[in-house]
Amino acid sequence: MLKVKKDVVVIGGGPAGLAAAAEVYDNGVEDVIILERDFELGGILPQCIHNGFGLHYFKEELTGPEYSQRFENDVEERDIEVKLDTMVLDVTPDRKVYAMNQEEGFLEIEAGAVILAMGCRERTAGALGIPGTRPAGVLTAGTAQRFTNIEGYVPGEEVVILGSGDIGLIMARRMRLEGADVKAVCEILPYTGGLTRNVVQCLEDYDIPLLLNHTVTKIIGNDRLEAVEITEVDENMKPKPETSKIIKADTLLLSVGLIPENELSKKADVVLDDTTGGPFVNEGRETNIEGIFACGNVLHVHDLVDWVTQESQIAGNWAAKYVKGEYKRTGSKIKMKAGENVSYVIPHTIELDGSDRNRMPLYMRVSTPLMAVDINLYADGEKLYSFSEPFAKPGEMITVPLAQKTLDDLDDVKEIRVDIIEKEGQ
Amino acid sequence: MKETKTLTCVACPKGCEVTVEFEGNEILNIDGHACPQGQTYAEEEIVAPTRILPTTVRVKGGALPLCPVKTSKQIPLEIIHDAMEIIGQKEVEAPIEIGQVIVENILDTGADVVATRDLPRKIEV
Amino acid sequence: MSQNKYDVIIVGGGISGCAVAWKLARYNLDVLLLEKDPDVATGTTKANTAIIHAGYNADPEKQKGRLNNKGNIQIKQIVKDLNIPFEEIGSLVVGMEGDDLSVLDELLEKGKRNGVEGLEIVDREWLLREEPHINKDVVAALWAPTAGIITPWEFALAMAQNAVANGAEIQLETEVLDVYTENGKVTGVKTNKGDYQTDYVVNAAGLYADDLAKMVGVEKIEIHPRKGEYYIYDHAKDFEINHVLFPIPTKISKGIVCTPTVEDNLLIGPTSDFVDSKEDLATTREGLDHVFEGAQKMFPDLTLQDSIRVFAGLRAADKTEDFVIEAADTVDGFVNVAGIQSPGLSSAPAIADLTAEILEDLGLTLEEKKDVIETREEPVRFYEMSNEERAEYVEDNKEYGKIICRCETVSYKEILDAIHGPVGARTVNAVKRRTRAGAGRCQGGFCGPRVTQILADELGIDTTEVRLEKNNSKIVEHKIKGLLGSKVIDNA
Repeated sequence: MLKVKKDVVVIGGGPAGLAAAAEVYDNGVEDVIILERDFELGGILPQCIHNGFGLHYFKEELTGPEYSQRFENDVEERDIEVKLDTMVLDVTPDRKVYAMNQEEGFLEIEAGAVILAMGCRERTAGALGIPGTRPAGVLTAGTAQRFTNIEGYVPGEEVVILGSGDIGLIMARRMRLEGADVKAVCEILPYTGGLTRNVVQCLEDYDIPLLLNHTVTKIIGNDRLEAVEITEVDENMKPKPETSKIIKADTLLLSVGLIPENELSKKADVVLDDTTGGPFVNEGRETNIEGIFACGNVLHVHDLVDWVTQESQIAGNWAAKYVKGEYKRTGSKIKMKAGENVSYVIPHTIELDGSDRNRMPLYMRVSTPLMAVDINLYADGEKLYSFSEPFAKPGEMITVPLAQKTLDDLDDVKEIRVDIIEKEGQ
Repeated sequence: MKETKTLTCVACPKGCEVTVEFEGNEILNIDGHACPQGQTYAEEEIVAPTRILPTTVRVKGGALPLCPVKTSKQIPLEIIHDAMEIIGQKEVEAPIEIGQVIVENILDTGADVVATRDLPRKIEV
Repeated sequence: MSQNKYDVIIVGGGISGCAVAWKLARYNLDVLLLEKDPDVATGTTKANTAIIHAGYNADPEKQKGRLNNKGNIQIKQIVKDLNIPFEEIGSLVVGMEGDDLSVLDELLEKGKRNGVEGLEIVDREWLLREEPHINKDVVAALWAPTAGIITPWEFALAMAQNAVANGAEIQLETEVLDVYTENGKVTGVKTNKGDYQTDYVVNAAGLYADDLAKMVGVEKIEIHPRKGEYYIYDHAKDFEINHVLFPIPTKISKGIVCTPTVEDNLLIGPTSDFVDSKEDLATTREGLDHVFEGAQKMFPDLTLQDSIRVFAGLRAADKTEDFVIEAADTVDGFVNVAGIQSPGLSSAPAIADLTAEILEDLGLTLEEKKDVIETREEPVRFYEMSNEERAEYVEDNKEYGKIICRCETVSYKEILDAIHGPVGARTVNAVKRRTRAGAGRCQGGFCGPRVTQILADELGIDTTEVRLEKNNSKIVEHKIKGLLGSKVIDNA
């Protein structure tokens, strides 16, 4: 067993890991390594060949591979060590990382700090428990995307998509452009889970029907999928049997949610938040285990990769500080509370006794679509400040800056609460 | 005949709801956009919608069988399928560099089809 | 290559057919097993409760009752010899109210008559201590320490592989279309791959055993498929269940069972509903709800949150609700092994013994080979190894260093072995059954494309020819336009 020591080990070479590693390096900790399980860097981005990335971070519109390549170049320019085709099997609370690859065999890496950047996985048909059979041709949109864009195979010719998450919408267009008949996108909720621009560019442009309040109630076909039964649901998401109809299809793609991939985190005794599916973190994106940080979709599922980059830089920055011994936990915490219409706020706590807190955005999502909203922050019940947005959608993350100065004035505050409410008259 | 259409601006991820009043190809009024991009978008969307086309091209001797590509600027939505056919018949020899022009001035749109990643040659074992 | 004349042809590669092949391969016989699908264990054997029953439940007057306990005892040795994942965790029939006590006593009596060892009635305190999540209303239970859990397809596969090691042949994707007879004696079978001559046919065709029996004029067997639906959970770390838990049984069913699997998943089910079609493997909303409600009676805190899959299996139930293991009276040389439903898995070795006896009675000479191979080499199972053990394997062979399935920690080498080993995998599901690749929480989302590619490479077929399971279960339809060049575009 090969045993080595590293200042920082980054697990995952997707957008989160790439940005975090470069940030660690730029903060003076050059002994950083990225462990990536795939044959190349970039995570999911190389298969996301569509445009729409980078508008916030680079102020220009890039495709997934282009966005990824900029950060791959950053890592390469800094000569940051990367191990590809390397699977991490275990992480311990005392920051030992066990990994394996074909060239070097089994590795034990003793890490000064660990950055968890494993991303997320897709919810499957099995997890939904859709009744019916288990034929070929039922797959997640992301798997279909890999088959199509990386391996070069079209999963099928008559397609129904369940769930209106972004990958589902993107794959509707991609399959259509590859000649498939995309019959419908079914969404059980009364609103879409993806970005509005994707509904326009991927469905409306190609006359692909978006059926809101609809779900797949049966999978039909023993060998290859033959058809699906779709049914309208009532306001409690219960199917209305009288509305069922059969749609002939050889492919069912699922875009029904992403789940942060925290199996390794659990092995390291990292405590998870049931709402986000990711670890509880402080403003440095440090988990309950000292020196283990988390960023990107392993922490919470983001809508845009731009925010993943931003968040990963925060984690990289603080991981570097940790290794250099530039901060310690104060022990006193301000708890962030998701108030009215808010499903979660990241970070969960503010507690570090560090130097700068300049980059201190709060990430949050609303639990229901709202028009013309006020975003109100309260410190122990007292209003801190508020600002307005034209709308808020559960599919889109909201970023709220929390200024250094505001924080400095918060002596002895126990809790900051965020409410997002519609302006009166809405 | 005067018509009104509500569009979702796709110029950025914000997705403003823009309302356009128009008669034929003549724009009468635009409302609801948060920035000038929204104005331009709405005008174009009524007269002649355009899109970036992202797809893949076949690669000879590459580490992967396909290389992702896109049009260097937006092209008319109505010729997307024609563009797909042209790109579908193309084969490019690896190595490929990001930005490399794969198809020049596709369908006389003034847009080039360019590679969106580096793709090295396949390493023969 | 395969020959054309065999002493015995076994039709059906489920648990019964594989057990019979395993048994007969020990003798100086030319044995051929024919399976219509691309893998063994793809019918009832792959979709059941995966339990080795103790044997208290079956009627002592029936074949089921006579064979269950015998099989249970034999299996304890077989799992060691053939390295089959098995855990003797014991089972409980749990009573929730006072009236249930008499049922438990009856079961205890029946079990004793069937020769089941170690049975006892345990009280509430015992139950709450052993099963911390169990419904607090429990009163008492019948404890059967000899019951266990097993991987059913691995059980069948291990016996098939051992049979092959001892000289038996297995032909996959070979469907028997007719049975040839001459002067009232079996002479061979007709298949989609040609004719085979034989003196003896064993009918282990599962759901289709009645159809096969009819080919030699046996009309008495009627298989009525009875469906069982299930939920399977991700590794049940947060919801520990330690034993196989049954509710009080009904006339035709043992009720909704909650059990861990050998791989540490949680399995709940099955329903018990007769269906018209032998192909009806669809779960239903009502069935799944029934399963979950049943399981919740046992474990009120159970949720569906960590469920990763639903599935249904069909019991090959004969109208007599008993095993039908006997020589056909219409023709010489034809043995029916039909109606093998629960406890078929538990009885498998005993079924094989009985079948061999019947064949001997019919005139087949059973002469044990000199050098019978008793064991099967243990397949490497990375997921159950310590890091130190993994390190040693990788040191030895770098192909272990590449993990293909991240959820279940399955290495490239294990997948290669599954494909190239005895009774090798040809389909994605066959790889999954042998290695667990794709059996985890992401259900092949990550490893699916990779396993598909490995299968294509190793079998020398195109990716578009790789199948999930059987018939036309193709994983992907065709190459994308760009890779097909202008061909598909012209057709579009």
